[in-house]
Amino acid sequence: MEKRLNGKRLSKASRSGFINYGIVIAAFVILQLLMALGLLSNSLQSLLVPTCCYIVMAVSLNLTVGILGELSLGHAGFMSLGAFSGIVASFLLADAIPFAPLRLALSMIVGAVFGALGGVVVGVPVLRLQGDYLAIVTLAFGQIIKNIIMVLYVGVDEKGFHIAASSERFNLAEDGVAIIKGPMGAVGVAKLASFTAGFVLILITLAVVQNLVNSRSGRAIMALRDNRIAAESVGINTTKYKLMAFVTSAALAGAAGALFGLNYSSTVASKFDFNASILVLVFVVLGGLGSIRGSIIAAALLYVLPELLRQFGDIADYRMLVYAIVLILVMLVTNNDSLKALLGRIIPKRKGAASHG
Amino acid sequence: MSFLNNVITGISLGSIYAIIALGYTMVYGIAKMLNFAHGDVIMVGAYVCFFAMGNFNLPPVVGVLLAVVVCTLLGVVIERLAYKPLRAAPSLAVLITAIGVSYLLQNSAQILWGAATKTFRPIVDGSLTLVPGQLSISYVALLSVVCCIIVMVGLTLFTGQTKMGKAMRACSEDKGAAQLMGIDVNATISMTFAIGSALAALAGVLMCSAYPVLSPTTGSMPGIRAFTAAVFGGIGSVPGALLGGILLGVIETFGKAYISTDLSDAVVFAVLIIVLLVRPAGLMGKYVPEKV
Amino acid sequence: MKKKNLAALLMAGALCFGLLAGCSNGNNPGGNSGGAVTIKVGGIGPITGDLAQYGTATEWGAEIAVEEINAKNGPIKLDYRFEDDTGVADTAVSAYNSLKDWAKDAPLVIYGCTTTAPCVAVASETFADRYFQLTPSASSPDVTANKDNAFQMCFTDPGQGVAAAEYLKNAGLGTKIGVIYNNGDAYSTGIANAFIAKAKEVGLEVVATQTYPDDKTTDYTVQLNACKDAGADLVFLPIYYTPASLILAQAKQMSYAPIFFGGDGMDGMLDMEGFDKSLAEGLLLMTPFNASGTDERTKSFVEKYQEAHGILPNQFAADGYDCMYAIYEACCKIDGIADMDSQKLCDALIAMFTGGDFSVDGLTGTSMKWLESGEISKAPVVVKVEGGVYVTQ
Repeated sequence: MEKRLNGKRLSKASRSGFINYGIVIAAFVILQLLMALGLLSNSLQSLLVPTCCYIVMAVSLNLTVGILGELSLGHAGFMSLGAFSGIVASFLLADAIPFAPLRLALSMIVGAVFGALGGVVVGVPVLRLQGDYLAIVTLAFGQIIKNIIMVLYVGVDEKGFHIAASSERFNLAEDGVAIIKGPMGAVGVAKLASFTAGFVLILITLAVVQNLVNSRSGRAIMALRDNRIAAESVGINTTKYKLMAFVTSAALAGAAGALFGLNYSSTVASKFDFNASILVLVFVVLGGLGSIRGSIIAAALLYVLPELLRQFGDIADYRMLVYAIVLILVMLVTNNDSLKALLGRIIPKRKGAASHG
Repeated sequence: MSFLNNVITGISLGSIYAIIALGYTMVYGIAKMLNFAHGDVIMVGAYVCFFAMGNFNLPPVVGVLLAVVVCTLLGVVIERLAYKPLRAAPSLAVLITAIGVSYLLQNSAQILWGAATKTFRPIVDGSLTLVPGQLSISYVALLSVVCCIIVMVGLTLFTGQTKMGKAMRACSEDKGAAQLMGIDVNATISMTFAIGSALAALAGVLMCSAYPVLSPTTGSMPGIRAFTAAVFGGIGSVPGALLGGILLGVIETFGKAYISTDLSDAVVFAVLIIVLLVRPAGLMGKYVPEKV
Repeated sequence: MKKKNLAALLMAGALCFGLLAGCSNGNNPGGNSGGAVTIKVGGIGPITGDLAQYGTATEWGAEIAVEEINAKNGPIKLDYRFEDDTGVADTAVSAYNSLKDWAKDAPLVIYGCTTTAPCVAVASETFADRYFQLTPSASSPDVTANKDNAFQMCFTDPGQGVAAAEYLKNAGLGTKIGVIYNNGDAYSTGIANAFIAKAKEVGLEVVATQTYPDDKTTDYTVQLNACKDAGADLVFLPIYYTPASLILAQAKQMSYAPIFFGGDGMDGMLDMEGFDKSLAEGLLLMTPFNASGTDERTKSFVEKYQEAHGILPNQFAADGYDCMYAIYEACCKIDGIADMDSQKLCDALIAMFTGGDFSVDGLTGTSMKWLESGEISKAPVVVKVEGGVYVTQ
């Protein structure tokens, strides 16, 4: 009996996981078809790569907020780390590896490594703090990263690699190339990112997160979320599992950042500020805490929404206002008991659908 | 002398953070929600006072009162429309709604009043000279320190002595039990928002008097700083907010003066992280051990 | 579970709505209409968020020029649309692409972006797609570097920093110089770095270099104190007018009265609603535009702007106005423009702008010409605030 139940649950979880892959693959194929037929507008085409990045950001933040159950307000900090380290890596590798997709992949790996390092640095204090205090530490971390990259100068000349914390100390030779120029950010970046790369990154993210969630470690992480004390009392190592979730999440954000950074010819540190972190958090909460599929859909739709609002003549001037109202209304409607009941009657649901869909 | 100057600058800046943090911590302590729209209510308060004084030539006192009235109403309306329906919802849902309200207020302000920065006319002018030519402290800074102390004492007395205040504390401890004791939880929380928003109006006027620029996004940065100050002092603790605000101002100023102006933000937040590592519940926060 | 589905449903609905609306969005085919050739001008800049005041200024300034141009019934008409980029690069690229969708096959010229970082990102797109781009105010050399299609209406940042140092040297102002700049901003850092380097070269003594992280900073006492303690008798402020107004107020409060010297971002301070003009008395700044100018064109521009928006225009608006005239006058001179698409128009405009005999008279300068690099060549004008108005030095 026990065994059968277990088996059934596992299959349900992996079935839900497969549906997620299916949705992503189907979306990719449809979009590619539309592009081939010339039906996709320029503005939607230009949104493909950043949307992929934000989907990865949302799924990875969901790992921290929804599955580990800790509020993080500094996710954009990891994205920033990934973006700038990825840009530098791609620049340094430009001569060694002329093949763009390989260089992009390596840059994303570098981005992921730097994101993960950042995750460890923040992850250690995380262990001592809970709730809103953790939130403020992640917020603080995001601000510190932004501030540091803002004064960072990185460049290469014949003498080698230069890195400095101010323009005066940045003694790059005349013929050297500055990669990151403090507040001017990274300029003249070779745009390597492609929709296919974004698609692959989403698949990798799904594979990592879904396998983690459905593994023994994942169950330990969720046990920590649901009741830390009970989890500790049965011998779950809080430090280990919290760090595991946090660092994985940061690494994925770093990879997404690298892809994002390599999609534009200029990137500045101030882009990855508190508001950017909040944006991702909005995706996660609207998509449903702990729901990977929700994160994917919410990130895709909400990232595209303000851009679509451009098309409505007069409303376009008020698009950020409309965005704010949509945000509030969606929150109110989805948390309204009578509406939920009404919807429940209209759409009969399978009982006990997987909660980590 | 420059050290004393920096102390005065730090306290002046800190007093502004403190008065914002007081409103923040008040709402958090009772309603248990991070009200990210608090900074934007401050902005609205400042605009109301600006127009009252600038366009209608009303005296500063009337301007402040008007700002307090408008913000109180605004706070109650926001609470009723956006937060009350979410009383039973998860706290993150309320957080996102607060962010939505914040965007809404900023964008509405821009549509109503334009994006151009306005210069706020301080409600009090001038400064008190301590050492001629070298050391002085502005009256606005003195006023905000005085306001902070009055508000802090007032809030402490209010929550400690009055019936409403006790009801608030009861709600903060346990909403369900408070309701069983015959406390109208909804009315109590509305009252909390009214007080918090009134304080926001006061903070807005003082902030813009001290740093007289006003634009639709004026409130966002101080909002984050006040949140930081409130956490620093121990969120929910009224004296903690005052202490946290002042300390944050002093640390920021000292960081700029003695470490580096380049990294002033990084210094402030690094100190914050270190403090939280030593005292996980903030300087004056109660550490509540989890019960099984 | 249900909550999630409902949210998804709502958002899916919103998306479909958007897509449908996108399809039904009508577009006039460009080119010939009633004798005049219509050129689409797509503007990009921040009209919401922290930088909205600068973006709206460039939007509105250009709008006035477009109305004037279209009222002329000349050979060229401009069809103008402005998109919001909120001041960030990725949104700017989306805005640019939605302008491309708007123009369809009609000839399109890109006007913008207002700020540097988005402009660099968009310029590399327009370079690849071959659209002509003219920015009113994105002043970093990175905007035009290695891109033949991107042109600026404003001075470059290093150019302005160098001009400032030379001016101080020649005017014999400031024996000890303090610099306060925003090290989170490309414009401010660009001018400051060039200024400091040039100052060293011409033998000006910079005694204090102070920074602040963003324009939301409110307290500058520490920075001012550092300048004061170092004995600076002139403080160079290559920053925007909002933080500068705070610096002036705080300097007065601490009774520190050096000469303040600013860049073109300082223009607009006197027009801030409620600003105490006496604070700016004696302030020197380099600006190409003077809203209290007495020539007919400036007067009419200021009047129209004030009537439409209730505030005085600053140099952002004036640069925007001049951009439209530069595009218009260049287009008027191009032969066979009626049959051109955006790409051909781009090449023709590049040839016109760099041809050597094309120059434009505008609000921000007379006989303005462009270099091969895309930089503008016009003389920087230093003005001094006296009695609440600019007096040319």
